[in-house]
Amino acid sequence: MARAVTNRRKTLNTGLAWAIGFIIFFPILWTILTSFKTEAQAISNPPVFLFFDWTLENYAIVQERSNYVRFLWNSVIIAGGSTILGIIIAVPAAWSMAFVPSKRTKDILLWMLSTKMLPAVGVLYPIYLICVELGVLDSRIALVVVMMLINLPIIVWMLYTYFREIPGEILEAARMDGAGLKEEVLYVLTPMAIPGIASTVLLNFILAWNEAFWTLNLTAVNAAPLTAFIASYSSPEGLFFAKLSAASTMAIAPILIMGWFSQKQLVRGLTFGAVK
Amino acid sequence: MGRITLEKVRKAFGEVEVIPPLDLTIEDGEFVVFVGPSGCGKSTLLRLIAGLEDVSGGQISIDGQDATELPPAKRGLAMVFQSYALYPHMSVRKNIAFPLKMAKLDQAEIDRRVNGAAEVLNLTDYIDRRPGQLSGGQRQRVAIGRAIVREPAAFLFDEPLSNLDAALRVGMRLEISELHKRLATTMIYVTHDQVEAMTMADKIVVLQAGVIEQVGSPLELYRNPRNKFVAGFIGSPRMNFVEGPEAAKHDAATIGIRPEHIAVSATEGAWKGKVGVSEHLGSDTFFHVTVDGFGDPLTVRAGGEVDIHYGDTVYLTPDAEHLHRFDKDGMRLA
Amino acid sequence: MATKASRSAARLMMAPAVVLLLGWMLIPLILTLTFSFKKFLPLRGDQIESGWDWFTFFPSLDWVGFENYGRFIGSSSFWPAVQTTLVIVLGVLFITVVLGILLALLLDQPMWGQGVVRILVIAPFFVMPTVSALVWKNMFMDPVNGLFAHLWRFFGAEPIAWLSEASLPSIIMIVSWQWLPFATLILLTAIQSLDGEQLEAAEMDGAPPLKRFWFIILPHLSRAVTIVILIQTIFLLSVFAEIFVTTGGAFGTRTLTYLIFQRVLESQNVGLGSAGGVYAIILANIVAIFLMRIVGKNLDT
Repeated sequence: MARAVTNRRKTLNTGLAWAIGFIIFFPILWTILTSFKTEAQAISNPPVFLFFDWTLENYAIVQERSNYVRFLWNSVIIAGGSTILGIIIAVPAAWSMAFVPSKRTKDILLWMLSTKMLPAVGVLYPIYLICVELGVLDSRIALVVVMMLINLPIIVWMLYTYFREIPGEILEAARMDGAGLKEEVLYVLTPMAIPGIASTVLLNFILAWNEAFWTLNLTAVNAAPLTAFIASYSSPEGLFFAKLSAASTMAIAPILIMGWFSQKQLVRGLTFGAVK
Repeated sequence: MGRITLEKVRKAFGEVEVIPPLDLTIEDGEFVVFVGPSGCGKSTLLRLIAGLEDVSGGQISIDGQDATELPPAKRGLAMVFQSYALYPHMSVRKNIAFPLKMAKLDQAEIDRRVNGAAEVLNLTDYIDRRPGQLSGGQRQRVAIGRAIVREPAAFLFDEPLSNLDAALRVGMRLEISELHKRLATTMIYVTHDQVEAMTMADKIVVLQAGVIEQVGSPLELYRNPRNKFVAGFIGSPRMNFVEGPEAAKHDAATIGIRPEHIAVSATEGAWKGKVGVSEHLGSDTFFHVTVDGFGDPLTVRAGGEVDIHYGDTVYLTPDAEHLHRFDKDGMRLA
Repeated sequence: MATKASRSAARLMMAPAVVLLLGWMLIPLILTLTFSFKKFLPLRGDQIESGWDWFTFFPSLDWVGFENYGRFIGSSSFWPAVQTTLVIVLGVLFITVVLGILLALLLDQPMWGQGVVRILVIAPFFVMPTVSALVWKNMFMDPVNGLFAHLWRFFGAEPIAWLSEASLPSIIMIVSWQWLPFATLILLTAIQSLDGEQLEAAEMDGAPPLKRFWFIILPHLSRAVTIVILIQTIFLLSVFAEIFVTTGGAFGTRTLTYLIFQRVLESQNVGLGSAGGVYAIILANIVAIFLMRIVGKNLDT
């Protein structure tokens, strides 16, 4: 809105917004701070905010006692593997839907999105049983496949919208310039689609990393990713706030950073384009 | 090089026939303009020639060879799009070089041609920038450069100046015309702006609803329009049309007279009327005069400094030599 | 580009995605349906044979018709579970939509450091549900060592054992905290798509800020709000991790989803749980139909 805004009003807005933002962010901030405290200080009354003896011992203990790195690695493989697999399957599908649309394209797209609305609990037992039958319960491969399947609709959808945004005239210009299909895809289409593909990869990695239904029910020890590992803190022994904080901070930090870059993708991916 | 023939070319989208069977010949080196109102099929026709759309019937020949089934890449034509269609992820240099790369020319030759085109179009200063960093006019020139380096049989322009502001448009018009004189290559130019058509064309093709209404030089169309549509489309401001008893006096259903062919007098003349709104452009003045019994007001052109005002009574006399007569179907009467 | 050759190529390229999703949808669904009509308690000896059994609807299990469906609804835990689900879903929806609108309006105002505020507000959505649930449970809501306990004691009051005494509100609080960013982001996007000129015209027509909000902004938001409600409903119906790690379904926090989960994986009454699962699927489908209509309309543009 191109109007002169009084500085006073701007200051008021800023103050209010920052205060509310701080309140909302506080639990995360508190977790990060607590991860550097001793267990005693973590539960102290009155609570200490910034001025305490900062220590890294919690991080060390978490890694020592529970081999944190293994759970981290599981999360990376499951999130990364499912995303890569999903991209491989989704790119051709989205490409064909965007550039060679047919009368059924819209229906197929809608149907794909509808599979995401299936309540997981309704198919929990069959999937569990299939995993047992195939001997892949508590294995990373099972989770990679399941994560890929639940996110595939979103990956296809997002790629489809990004591909459609490539102006058709530019592809026509390439054709007039003598490019065959191969050259068109290699030199023009792909470079223009890379930002869209990157955004899709980012958002889906985040969604797979944070998924907390299948990762809790299909894993036990071997394939448990960070979601399951943190869940094990629900019935701990002894003082553990600081350790929980350390484990939590490590689990959420990478995603918070990635999330910052993917706000627009979030809107595009999870509202299925219904909000622009 | 650059002679294009269309024989019985038609185009239908599903059930809808947008271009009924059409014949047209474009001679080598001609600057041909396809002009007409929105939706008349001029862009479709251009795209059929380019090969971006398939014909539903008929034949397109380029230099005597049947090109109807050839894909765009093989027709030897270059196109400048309305939105320029530059490759956003490539520099100006790479944009212009792209068609040469596709033609598998060696790098030295590519560099030579690209630098040559850049010089002709004053792009050398921007040659390493990306399209996103250029202005509209600069992007336009890059698009033209990309077309020039291919040394095509003909250039196809799809409303290239529509996205530029008015002042820029006039300048680019001249540049394109000059380019044509220099290269002497066939150019097919699509526009809805009849001023562009009149000023740039060797030959104008007037289209309406997919049908060619008339083909001819700008002056031919101005002087001898074949029907009411062409008469009303060419020339700005529009020709005045009068029907009814006045037209009957001249043995026609409708008569037409251009604003510039009506003499104005405060004292005497054939038609008496009252002056309405007048537009003073400095060099010319256009009056809108309501003549008794004529229906719509007439537009009349007078020299720059004429002393006639709103509400005045004037007398108009059409120049008999430039009076056009049309029958009840809108076709010209001899 | 649409030649016959490219059409068959296109179909080939879509095939893997379509086949996989078809399989993902149909196979488990058919199995759940099958189990729902059978008596299947693995812990009490019912067994299925590997191999052909899978393709012949498990003949080793007894067919019980609609008995499981009746028992599921007739069970004394059913209606409480439905109620719990409704309370949680409606509670979270209400909080996230109302606060979401207010926050979106605030963030749309001119201010300094808007980018930073956005990050602060968006952050909770990217925290994995198990972390957020446990952080809230222990570091805020724990009646001895939690921050709320410290705060309550500071004011001389007796600290609340949140998750045992006010369990539903606690769960609602945790889940709302996680989903508020989503609602805010969507609504903010929608607000920013509102043509500023409309509001300026209204201002010139003499409309005060509240009326401008009510008559221009709110109707424009109605579509985005509908989308937020529909999408969140679908995801909230299957809330799981938060309940799993905090109350384990106790203290009246057993939603329909959790009830089914318990039947199927904890008490292992697969037939009963599968019938419940079918109910859940039907419910979700009803919501999905509405959502798909809106998305479908958008696809046409």
